[in-house]
Amino acid sequence: MTAAQRRWLFLAGAAGFAAFYLWGLTGLPGFGNYPGPYGDIINRIAVAQTNATGVVSAVNFEYRGFDTVGEEYILFIAVIGVSTVLRQLRGEREREARDEAVGRRVPPTSDAVRLLSLVLIGPTLVMGWFLASHAQTSPSGGFQGGVVLATSFILLYLAGEFLLFERVSPIDITDAVEAVGAGGFAAIGITAVGLGLAYLTNFLPLGSTPGAVSSSGTIALISFFVGLEVGAAFVLIVSELLEQTLLLRHRS
Amino acid sequence: MNVVAVVAPPPVPLGLMDVLQVTLLVLVGAGATAVALIRSPPRQVIALSAYGLLLALLFLVFQAPDVTLSELCIGAVALPILLLLALAKVRRREE
Amino acid sequence: MQVFPFIVVAWVLAVGLYGIVTSRHLIHQIVCLIVVQSSTYVLLLGIGYRRGAVAPYFSDIPVHTPAVDPVVQALALTDVVVEAAVTALLLSFAIQAHKRFGTLDPHELVQLKG
Repeated sequence: MTAAQRRWLFLAGAAGFAAFYLWGLTGLPGFGNYPGPYGDIINRIAVAQTNATGVVSAVNFEYRGFDTVGEEYILFIAVIGVSTVLRQLRGEREREARDEAVGRRVPPTSDAVRLLSLVLIGPTLVMGWFLASHAQTSPSGGFQGGVVLATSFILLYLAGEFLLFERVSPIDITDAVEAVGAGGFAAIGITAVGLGLAYLTNFLPLGSTPGAVSSSGTIALISFFVGLEVGAAFVLIVSELLEQTLLLRHRS
Repeated sequence: MNVVAVVAPPPVPLGLMDVLQVTLLVLVGAGATAVALIRSPPRQVIALSAYGLLLALLFLVFQAPDVTLSELCIGAVALPILLLLALAKVRRREE
Repeated sequence: MQVFPFIVVAWVLAVGLYGIVTSRHLIHQIVCLIVVQSSTYVLLLGIGYRRGAVAPYFSDIPVHTPAVDPVVQALALTDVVVEAAVTALLLSFAIQAHKRFGTLDPHELVQLKG
């Protein structure tokens, strides 16, 4: 099938899809007229039930906690997949990391990039921990916090060089941190089962003030573990890709 | 538990928020077109980074600050880094 | 304004799919897949939006303020993060395909035998 035929086939399919889609749009309640009821119910009762003022995180880790375990494990398995697919194949050898600059006309990283990255590492790290540990208050949560944490490590790579990045976050330790994060989430759920409740029931004391850092029981704890896991996952992915790009060479 | 149905808010006149939403939606549509139609991957990655920023602004205007935070870090930082590293690896083999 | 966001969603989806269908470079295809996935986030958040409502965070506003739907925000949030990891997996496949077959053109990759 030539490229032109493929294009016409796609346009025909797209036209059919567009017809059905527009027909379906006429049945929607329209943008901005959200009819409820579940969103409204959760907004009403979430603060009273869980003492968490961040309702989105309460939904993520409490009302919909089981789905979040599943999504976190998608992340975990994707990282395992990346590590497996990018393993050292036959016919490749791992170069010494030291002779990276020999004989290559590499333009040095510009000073502006290095300075800006250096300056931003600290605030990004603090911001990441703040986000990961305050899931129950403001817009924060484990997923966002973990990603911002990983960003601070990427900034470290941009400010310095690969060897520094490798020394600060060696793959073994990052592996362990990720496993602790993923396992911690599942362990919290199983602890609830051990206490005779359903899986992932909120069994820790809920605290008195809605929205305090110590309130909302397991939500804060789960969010901390999720932050660890997501941050470590992204650092691992970047480490694997960097290793591929900079270290592995085809035996030629 | 006795849950009272929420009272729908009174209809809001067309205001700044609607103008912002329409503008950002149009920009997102244009950005997506640009990202898909640029053929050279390195340039596409830069366009993707800008598109991620536009998406983050759109999510903010849709009253979703959590999703904004995630999209900002992922779409503007993590995804371009992953793509650029993969492109560097692929290009080195072609040298 | 009633249906405009959903039309933008359909447009972004169609343009991303067009990019995938007519692509000659695996990494270009992966970026177009990212665009397609982003259309679903806009769809999710567009469904949950209520005009005149605020974000569902009640630390400084009374609990009965009309707010947007938090459930779709929770869905979109985890979606964004997981998409990045799946993209990384696809990229590693592309890298190994390039190592093995020397080309990133999907048309040529189909014809090569292992």
